[in-house]
Amino acid sequence: MIGGLFIYNHKGEVLISRVYRDDIGRNAVDAFRVNVIHARQQVRSPVTNIARTSFFHVKRSNIWLAAATKQNVNAAMVFEFLYKMCDVMTAYFGKISEENVKNNFVLIYELLDEILDFGYPQNSETGALKTFITQQGIKSQHHSKEEQSQITSQVTGQIGWRREGIKYRRNELFLDVLESVNLLMSPQGQVLSAHVSGRVVMKSYLSGMPECKFGMNDKIVIDKQGKGGSSEDATKSGKQSIAIDDCTFHQCVRLSKFDSERSISFIPPDGEYELMRYRTTKDIILPFRVIPLVREVGRTKLEVKVVIKSNFKSSLLAQKIEVRVPTPLNTSGVQLICMKGKAKYKASENAIVWKIKRMAGMKESQISAEIELLPTNDKKKWARPPISMNFEVPFAPSGLKVRYLKVFEPKLNYSDHDVIKWVRYIGRSGIYETRC
Amino acid sequence: MPAVSKGDGMRGLAVFISDIRNCKSKEAEIKRINKELANIRSKFKGDKALDGYSKKKYVCKLLFIFLLGHDIDFGHMEAVNLLSSNKYTEKQIGYLFISVLVNSNSELIRLINNAIKNDLSSRNPTFMCLALHCIANVGSREMAEAFASEIPRILVAGDTMDSVKQSAALCLLRLYKTSPDLVLMGEWTSRVVHLLNDQHMGVVTAAISLITCLSQKNPDEFKTCVSLAVSRLSRIVSSASTDLQDYTYYFVPAPWLSCKLLRLLQCYPPPEDGAVKGRLVECLETILNKAQEPPKSKKVQHSNAKNAILFEAISLIIHYDSEPNLLVRACNQLGQFLQHRETNLRYLALESMCTLASSEFSHEAVKTHIETVINALKTERDVSVRQRAADLLYAMCDRSNAKQIVAEMLSYLETADYSIREEMVLKVAILAEKYAVDYSWYVDTILNLIRIAGDYVSEEVWYRVIQIVINRDDVQGYAAKTVFEALQAPACHENMVKVGGYILGEFGNLIAGDPRSSPLVQFNLLHSKFHLCSVPTRALLLSAYIKFINLFPETKATIQEVLRCDSQIRNSDVELQQRAVEYLKLSSIASTDVLATVLEEMPPFPERESSILAKLKKKKGPGAVSVTELEDNKREGGELNGGADRGPDTAAMAASNASTPSPSADLLGIRSSAPVGAAPTSAGNLLVDVFSEAGPAAPSAAVNDDGFLRDLEQPTETSDSLLVEGSGDSDSAPPSEDPAPPLSEADELLNKFVCKNNGVLFENQLLQIGIKSEYRQNLGRMYLFYGNKTSVQFASFTTTVSCPGELQSQLNVQTKPVEPLVEGGAQIQQVLNIECLTDFSDAPLLNIKFRYGGALQNLTLKLPVTINKFFQPTEMASNDFFQRWKQLSQPQQEAQKIFKANHSMDTEVLKAKLLGLGTALLDNVDPNPENYVCAGVIQTKGQQVGCLLRLEPNAQAQMYRLTLRCSKDSVSRRLCELLAEQF
Repeated sequence: MIGGLFIYNHKGEVLISRVYRDDIGRNAVDAFRVNVIHARQQVRSPVTNIARTSFFHVKRSNIWLAAATKQNVNAAMVFEFLYKMCDVMTAYFGKISEENVKNNFVLIYELLDEILDFGYPQNSETGALKTFITQQGIKSQHHSKEEQSQITSQVTGQIGWRREGIKYRRNELFLDVLESVNLLMSPQGQVLSAHVSGRVVMKSYLSGMPECKFGMNDKIVIDKQGKGGSSEDATKSGKQSIAIDDCTFHQCVRLSKFDSERSISFIPPDGEYELMRYRTTKDIILPFRVIPLVREVGRTKLEVKVVIKSNFKSSLLAQKIEVRVPTPLNTSGVQLICMKGKAKYKASENAIVWKIKRMAGMKESQISAEIELLPTNDKKKWARPPISMNFEVPFAPSGLKVRYLKVFEPKLNYSDHDVIKWVRYIGRSGIYETRC
Repeated sequence: MPAVSKGDGMRGLAVFISDIRNCKSKEAEIKRINKELANIRSKFKGDKALDGYSKKKYVCKLLFIFLLGHDIDFGHMEAVNLLSSNKYTEKQIGYLFISVLVNSNSELIRLINNAIKNDLSSRNPTFMCLALHCIANVGSREMAEAFASEIPRILVAGDTMDSVKQSAALCLLRLYKTSPDLVLMGEWTSRVVHLLNDQHMGVVTAAISLITCLSQKNPDEFKTCVSLAVSRLSRIVSSASTDLQDYTYYFVPAPWLSCKLLRLLQCYPPPEDGAVKGRLVECLETILNKAQEPPKSKKVQHSNAKNAILFEAISLIIHYDSEPNLLVRACNQLGQFLQHRETNLRYLALESMCTLASSEFSHEAVKTHIETVINALKTERDVSVRQRAADLLYAMCDRSNAKQIVAEMLSYLETADYSIREEMVLKVAILAEKYAVDYSWYVDTILNLIRIAGDYVSEEVWYRVIQIVINRDDVQGYAAKTVFEALQAPACHENMVKVGGYILGEFGNLIAGDPRSSPLVQFNLLHSKFHLCSVPTRALLLSAYIKFINLFPETKATIQEVLRCDSQIRNSDVELQQRAVEYLKLSSIASTDVLATVLEEMPPFPERESSILAKLKKKKGPGAVSVTELEDNKREGGELNGGADRGPDTAAMAASNASTPSPSADLLGIRSSAPVGAAPTSAGNLLVDVFSEAGPAAPSAAVNDDGFLRDLEQPTETSDSLLVEGSGDSDSAPPSEDPAPPLSEADELLNKFVCKNNGVLFENQLLQIGIKSEYRQNLGRMYLFYGNKTSVQFASFTTTVSCPGELQSQLNVQTKPVEPLVEGGAQIQQVLNIECLTDFSDAPLLNIKFRYGGALQNLTLKLPVTINKFFQPTEMASNDFFQRWKQLSQPQQEAQKIFKANHSMDTEVLKAKLLGLGTALLDNVDPNPENYVCAGVIQTKGQQVGCLLRLEPNAQAQMYRLTLRCSKDSVSRRLCELLAEQF
């Protein structure tokens, strides 16, 4: 039960203010601004309680979204709603920025009216919303009564996320497996913690009401099949199957079927959506290895050497590689020797940033830096923050493979073979750190 | 300060600051600062020397970054280097950085101190000033240690520049405030005082701050400053506005200096030297005169400066409080300000008048402004001014204007700000009580108060009105009637219901004659409010109902019906349920007689200081009100003191009575089943209860709930205490009667000497017998002086001392025979040696026989030897006392008497009597300061008998209650009898 929803710009000026319940007063808007946005100390907690009102906020670039409530709500629900709301806004007008919010003022209020009713979240499926909330102004003249009733039956019906009668000349679907890999490694190369959080995002342009079935190398499914199939099969696939720790699905997926058969079958929404989210912690392929070497020479000098090794098939190319080596706060000068890419000391960020555009698998590269320090009166020792890294690789570090995506449309005359399918894997770094 | 020249503009700094200002977000700002810090670090790296300008620039940047809230951990060395520069701007920035950033425990402090020392010893006044400012700004103990001896020298040196002297004075002041032990003025004192004579006004102004501070600590050393200050003040006051040039501020000569001088004078009593005093009075008069002159300028600064001096002068006049003429003039001047259109002036005028009102000289003068003040209370826009007006009204209130003021405050209360309502309510309650001539007016006022501001009426206020109504017979009927009428209102405050319930329960019979307020009507009226009230009020109402049953037997059926209904008898609140059950049973089982005894009217409360006053004091703190409060107390010796609270006293009374066997013991049994009131009763120990209460003032609010139950119980208590008393009297009356032919007034004579050892024992036309006696432990010596009042000699004058009955074994009296002839106008002396063997109750008899003109005179007197003569005082602390008191808890060890006062109840007289008794009077033992507590040991040959005594006066009822506990029961009884006659 969200009492009110506010959007602020970076200065704390209110862009959007929508109050759903009487228990949230007008002063709540100011309370959040004063206590969170303009707080002396940065507020870290996404949930803030001010004068018996709870505020849940998320920040998108410079824009603050805050939901306020006086009741004891499910915080996860509120945040899920706020993220969904961000998705909806992005789907409608692209990047969430102050200018965009101001330009789509009326639209946002319309959306807020639709997706939140007396503080209770409603249908927030972009596809469905787009059928009746449009950016082209009032279109009701063009809507025939029939169309209107169709919208009603769709929105209130069983399959609220897809309307009937969609037709495409070319039936096409795109499947993206997007993963971000998180790592914390000790200086000696021991993995302290590692996990992958991944998403399967689909873009479907299919006619009619197709029934889809998605298959991947989930260990449980493979093992089950393995029992029935030949032993050779089992060993072969056993190597490649992965253990999924937990996963969540888009509302179109039939959960009962997943629970009983562990098969993912669904009627897809039209356009782009996130089919599933998952997390794995076992047998992660770490694309890069960082080997740091730090030596303190007296009180005024520090020598740092960093080696990175790419650890994947040499035919693949990693992109947008960036290594960030933090420098002590009393750095007064840095000399760098760099073999590959570009390295620079960025004083404003207190770090050496080393960028490499492209790097093939099974390669190695290094920089060395000489850091001059200024003696200070503070006896505090440098805390040696970890070296962090960013990259993008064209495979899934979790090892996930899409085995099939079958499409059935019994009513229309196209079959699974007629659908053009595209699959892409992208592995990105999340928090990828190595202690030094 | 020389302006920073263009070439010194530090462009880099300006650019950096504007960059920071242009940052869109916090993150951007932090990035910019990090970049700048890295830049400065690389510059300070030390591989190439920096010139003074860049050093200054970077130190400035660091300072700016620090002031933005970031930590700076380098650059200190560079700043210290700047100190040794010869350029003013560089030195200044260096000092600035040091003052802001260097903490006292830094390693650099030695370097810094060195640099400061160099600057102080330089002949350059600017550098000296910078150094002094730095010392004052840092003001740490280390600085004081290093320079405390140096600065006074600079201050008084003849060749120091004036500006440096100013800085030095203020710097010294700062060091004195941080570490007074290090700043030793000693030899400098007189030279510092003589700075008041300095030519330069700035130096005087700076020095006077220092002197004021120093003289507050050791006024005697700086006494000489008074005359200097007066002459300085008179020179300023009498100077024309153009004389002082730079120090004339909007035509007012040296206003700051004048104010400081006046404030300095407020540290001292009025000067004794007549000439100085005359000069000062002249000055003050001139200041008051000047206030009357037309302003020389329309500017607000002019009037501000003038008024500042004037107000300071008025506070000095108030401080002296000895010049009636000036006080009245000040008051008149403030009166003018009361109507000034400047709000601040009105505020200050009201505030000063509050203090003026407490001075006896100006009290009347203040009173003349009552209309204006009342007007201010009504019309002021600013709440703080209204608050001051209310304070002033309270301060100026006395008997003559009490009615008006209380009425005004009451009417203001309806619209008063919420923040001051509670205080206003307390003030109205106090004034109404203190100045009430007519109790019906008092009752009206308080009921009005509850009606208007019920929420802000604290418990104390309504307790108080009930106490007063109960203690005053004349007002009870009126109170009942008024309360009844007030309750008619459809919505009345819960406090009103409480008062109503209590008063109608007690005195409802007084208005029951009127058919409009017949018992049933009264009951229905109260019961109509019942369901809207909170639990404590409901409990009170239930008690009122049971009292109704006693007052009006005809309502019994109705009330029983109410008590019997489920909402009462099965109430979820245990207190209400218990009351309903018990009252129902009580009303159905007990006979009317018993009922009448149990539910008898409340006895009067003991007199106490008003707890409301205590509450107000607590609320305000000791400052503002206390002066007027004391004054008020002095003026009106507290004429309306009901018992302030029924704290430990009533509880104690209840308890001690319950412990005595009494005919209504079965009733007590019933009652002691009630858990709330029963705890103290069943304990049967007086002082247990005293412990159970926090103190005399606190409990009324805290134990409201059982307080009431106790009140209700009290009638039964008193009734049986009366019964006990009755039987007690019949016991105690005869015993000391002697069958022999002692004088009928012998006992009375005896009683005269209980508390004193010397005096005239007997006197008639012929003979006067004087006594002088002294006692040590169990021995005593008594000198009897027989004086022949006639001119004729007494023949065959014989005296015999006898111990009748068992006294013989208790007391040993030895005497020598006297001369048989007593010449006319002569006096003979007889010595008696007395030894107390064991405790005794009778007195030895003295028989005197002589012939006067042939006629035989025979006279028997009781000798004033009483058991208390052998008291040894024992001092003990409060807990010791109570511990012993508890040890003596057997019923026969205690003797108690409640009796009417025969003599004045003056505190001092009572104390003298109790001391004369031979016991030690213990202070701070009894939680109620009105009560007296004594302890002593009676020394006899055989044993020692410890005695504890407690005397509780009730000034209202002119009664005392005396309780004695001794380790020997006969002693308690005897002492009790003896003492009962003394007060």
